[in-house]
Amino acid sequence: MTLWNNPTNFIADWLRGVFSGWGMAEGLAVILVTLIGIVVMASLVMLLDIFLVWVERKVVARFQDRLGPNRVGPFGLIQPFADIIKLIIKEDITPDGADKVVYNLAPLLSLMSVIILWAIIPLAPVIFGVDLNVGALYLIAAGAIGTLSIIMAGWSSNNKYALIGAFRQVAAMVSYEIPMVVALLIPTILAGTMGMKGIVDAQSIWFVILSPLGALIFLISAIAELGRTPFDLNEAESEIVAGFHIEYTGMKFGLFYAGELLHAFTFGTFLGILFFGGWNGPLPWGGQYPLIGALNVVIKGLFFYWVIMWIKYTLMRIRIDHMLAFNWKFLTPVAFVLLMVTALMDKLLAGTAPWIYGMGMFLANILVGWLALEAARAYARRQRLAKEALAQPATQAAHH
Amino acid sequence: MTALQVLFILSAAVILGSALMVVTVRNLIHAALWLIVTLFGVAVLYAMLNASFLALVQVVVYIGAIAILFIFAVMLTRKEMRDRGPQLNKTWWLAGIIGLLTFGGLAWLLNNWSGFWKTAGVIPAGADTMRDLGVALVSPNAYVLPFEVASVLLLAALIGAVYLAFNRK
Repeated sequence: MTLWNNPTNFIADWLRGVFSGWGMAEGLAVILVTLIGIVVMASLVMLLDIFLVWVERKVVARFQDRLGPNRVGPFGLIQPFADIIKLIIKEDITPDGADKVVYNLAPLLSLMSVIILWAIIPLAPVIFGVDLNVGALYLIAAGAIGTLSIIMAGWSSNNKYALIGAFRQVAAMVSYEIPMVVALLIPTILAGTMGMKGIVDAQSIWFVILSPLGALIFLISAIAELGRTPFDLNEAESEIVAGFHIEYTGMKFGLFYAGELLHAFTFGTFLGILFFGGWNGPLPWGGQYPLIGALNVVIKGLFFYWVIMWIKYTLMRIRIDHMLAFNWKFLTPVAFVLLMVTALMDKLLAGTAPWIYGMGMFLANILVGWLALEAARAYARRQRLAKEALAQPATQAAHH
Repeated sequence: MTALQVLFILSAAVILGSALMVVTVRNLIHAALWLIVTLFGVAVLYAMLNASFLALVQVVVYIGAIAILFIFAVMLTRKEMRDRGPQLNKTWWLAGIIGLLTFGGLAWLLNNWSGFWKTAGVIPAGADTMRDLGVALVSPNAYVLPFEVASVLLLAALIGAVYLAFNRK
């Protein structure tokens, strides 16, 4: 075991040796090293978060044909630190009639629900927090805590816009959780495990080839869970000002904002891990050299973060009834049909050559997607004809 | 005392304390939030028993769905979130007796059960508890019948909800 093929365990062993050398009990040293590991991982994630603020502002500027921050430091890289100083020195306002404890707890829970997700992200075969055998479910459970933080913020602010924003966001999260669970079950079926490490190990063919529709459903429900455009009804600034975080100022608002950006990047990383091979590719030798593997995971995470931003800054906000109808009448049934087809094909094609298995899965996905689109088109045509028949009876009568 | 026992006592104290808060605080939303603490404590107990699937399902279902629905129901039905009336009514002693009898009965039953005093079995390294649970839920000589009956019950509830909400034109 060297620094190059197992960096985290190498450093952990060395630290344990140092602590034991100081005369510390073995159990205490293990607990201390684990705690240091947790603090280092969470700090790295939050440092990355500062960088993400710059990335987000730079990318949105490009999408809107602007330059973005370019005054403080090279390429505006110091801008996030200027933002942080501004957020810290802002007055910390707690509105009259706010529920103080709940009001102050909500931003912490919001950021926490994102950071705990990094416990199960495998950056490389040997760099991971824990390899839970229920990793996919852990993702949903963390989302439940995020939902809770939003409803706490919306209710405790004592502001009707905040409450409306929270209601909308919770309605979206509770309903889009269902296609997300189903989309998470597809890699589970393909890999035969819910653990993130097992899912990456099983991807000799990337799961996006075996289940492109599953990856798409995961992306759509992830965007809804994030509350980003086209599903940003929670903060719809033209209707309810800023939604659930309307009353928050300074760093408390900053925690919500940082949580949102990090959440988007985290879901991008999960998309990379679940469907795009995790630490394998685009750089070679990701499996052998953990540092290259970790770089691969971050590259994929940033790419899908960019895709989520691309969608956010290109599309418009959709109406709430359309959003819920899209979920319950289209996305959820398609996801369930896809789940059944995937399970069936997996058993039917078990034991065949990998290329037959891959082709069968891919074609089954395309077929399900095509049938779903045809059904949606037929429904839209029926609606349109019914509307035209209502609008045109007088002119038709005149022709006869 | 091992670390696990310390953790158990801590989480049991949190569960009992927050459960007491649920029934004593006057603000209904606070009661719902304390209920979430209680449910989370139960999830911690499951996690300590190596039942990671149950622990996460506890969080997803009870905190993510049921507690959120509680909060919604309280917000949508009550104009005043604060309960001003007396916290006990005339039959409090009856409820107390029933509660004590239930607790005593459960304690007596568990005390007579042979599994109660056994120490937990050690799970061999590399055992896939998730797979075992999944197989047990669908295998005919294990739990397939209760599992399917529960599914039918949930389906009936779902159809009932759709029927109630259905808009007859």
